[in-house]
Amino acid sequence: MTENLNVFAVRTLTQKEYFAPGHRSCQGCAEALAVRLVAKALGRNVIIANATGCMEIVSSPLPYTSWRVPWFHVAFENTAAVASGIESALKVLMRKGRIPSKKIVTLAMAGDGGTADIGLQALSGALERGHNFLYICTDNEAYMNTGIQRSSSTPFGASTTTSPVGRVQMGQITWKKNMPAIAAAHNIPYVATACPSYPIDLIQKVKKAADIEGAAYVHILSVCPTGWRSAPELSIKLGRLAVEAGIFPLYEVENGKYHLSIDFPKLKPIKEYIKLQGRFRHLTDDMIEEIEKRVHKEYGQLKEKATKGA
Amino acid sequence: MGKRVGMEVSIAAAEAVKQANVDVISAYPITPQTHIVEHLSEIVANGDLDAEFFCVESEHSALSVCVGAAATGARTFTCTSSQGLALMSEITYIASGLRLPMLMIISNRTLSSPLSIWNDHSDAMSIRDCGWIQFFVENGQEVYDHVFISYRLGENRNVLFPVIINMDGFILSHVIEPFELIEQEKIDQFLPPYQPLHRLHPDHPVTMGAFALPSIFAETKKAQEEALRSSMPKILETWKVFGEMTGRYYHPVETYKTEDADTLLVTMGSCSETASVAVDKMREEGKSVGLVKIRLWRPFPFDDLKKATLHAKQLVVIDRAISVGACGPVASEVKAALYGKDPRPSVYNFVAGISGRDVTPSDFIKMVDKAEIEIEEGNKEGYEIYGVRG
Repeated sequence: MTENLNVFAVRTLTQKEYFAPGHRSCQGCAEALAVRLVAKALGRNVIIANATGCMEIVSSPLPYTSWRVPWFHVAFENTAAVASGIESALKVLMRKGRIPSKKIVTLAMAGDGGTADIGLQALSGALERGHNFLYICTDNEAYMNTGIQRSSSTPFGASTTTSPVGRVQMGQITWKKNMPAIAAAHNIPYVATACPSYPIDLIQKVKKAADIEGAAYVHILSVCPTGWRSAPELSIKLGRLAVEAGIFPLYEVENGKYHLSIDFPKLKPIKEYIKLQGRFRHLTDDMIEEIEKRVHKEYGQLKEKATKGA
Repeated sequence: MGKRVGMEVSIAAAEAVKQANVDVISAYPITPQTHIVEHLSEIVANGDLDAEFFCVESEHSALSVCVGAAATGARTFTCTSSQGLALMSEITYIASGLRLPMLMIISNRTLSSPLSIWNDHSDAMSIRDCGWIQFFVENGQEVYDHVFISYRLGENRNVLFPVIINMDGFILSHVIEPFELIEQEKIDQFLPPYQPLHRLHPDHPVTMGAFALPSIFAETKKAQEEALRSSMPKILETWKVFGEMTGRYYHPVETYKTEDADTLLVTMGSCSETASVAVDKMREEGKSVGLVKIRLWRPFPFDDLKKATLHAKQLVVIDRAISVGACGPVASEVKAALYGKDPRPSVYNFVAGISGRDVTPSDFIKMVDKAEIEIEEGNKEGYEIYGVRG
């Protein structure tokens, strides 16, 4: 039901593009799609601080830009701090009457490396200080911009250029870091997960996050055909399978209360998701089973939290 | 004439930041910079300054907050020392590349290892090439004055650069000195609110911090380099206007008893005052010695230095930092400035006062004596670390 409605609902979205076409992302890049949807959701009254990474490189080759809203790139690990500066400057300049008072959303945007690895300290600081801003992590599960190196957000078993399949090691040997849980542990008012395969859900969450007073965090799974070794035309399908198999559940944490956005009575076998990606090609049935067990366990834990409303 | 008061230099620096009506302050504690932020936090907590004040989780974020705020059009301030500066060094280069005016005071302290909290210039030298306008001040009054000078200068649309005031940790930051404070009305006239040329705002969307391919990167860096070099007339003009307002005139290079002097001491920072005492003593003894003080470190005042050393036979250059495997960084610039001169004075380079070790007037006299003997014996480009065991 949700899915059918989504097909039509997308047509009700604004035709305006704030992330302009003509950027340089790869074919089938779901991160570019996610960013485009985020930009649509936020409209023109936004200032974006963008970390170094794919989105920065594809959108801002001097002297061109894909951005029709104010956009700022400083470095890799400090996006949350830069956004803190933007937010506090807006606040003080409006208070002092030096710029007109109006609602301007401060958006910080970074990939999984810029968030879960090198940017974690700056993010934690900004969340703790409680700036009124929105942080979006577009998670493509590795350092794709530098050539598919593993990050702490790379899933167990995935082959990357620095977690390769060798004679004694089968890809990534650690489990994906749970970034939304880390963000939620800061007791911020809003944390959510989203995926551009569910565009209406994504847009609604981003709008909600932007409207909330205080810090908000949205973690977006972004399928990367280049890094995942998947067919570009399968990006939307893969995003859906990640959600349907319970690998990337869509949920919200509002003031500490968990809520599953879509609850599946029965999860799809993770093999359907895994078999479409070259990065998992080497996985044996035993390994897939091990991953599935963990996915089900974590999904169960999440569901329990959502049921309790805790 | 303004009010004359006794005050700790760090407190006076914080008072100047208040008088400059700064919008966003972001810092992280590190000795010996802490007194500045402590006092600023009191000022903001008492409602004496309407600013957003953030104690962030690292120096890297402290400067990143300033960069974000400056790009949004706010007047920003941060301060740090030593390891803190090393941590934020990545962003120092970006701030100047983005041409964002802001002020950072560095309470100069040595870099690890071994860990030491005491004063020298090794932190400042680690970011020598970051593209900020960089001052080295001699005393507390100069710190106070240069807060206003730096904002007015950096925010000038023909300049648009971040500015660093280097002041010696402890030796300046923690001592009480007499200050002549400037009336607020004068400050407000000298330093009106910051009006950025471009700012991040939805009404006029701009992209800042784009990346550059090799086909355009060099052009952007050339533009930055030429802009920093051409800030020199504006620096002089700002000092002149400030001088007319306060009677305190500053120059890129200043001289003390250099006329007809054969030997010139060359110093930078607070040790210049000590060196002038040594010069007085040596003059009393009939020695032909003078003092050249470098106040402006970047852009480096090559012409002023040449002029100041016109008739000298030899220079004794004191460095407060080691460039491991080369000579002292100040001596490097001095030698570069003098290379085209004919005749060219000999340059003897001492590294002295590393990690807060006192350099007294008698040390300066010993260094001058030693250099004169060495040069006479033919060692015309000597380099040594002064007064060290082993």
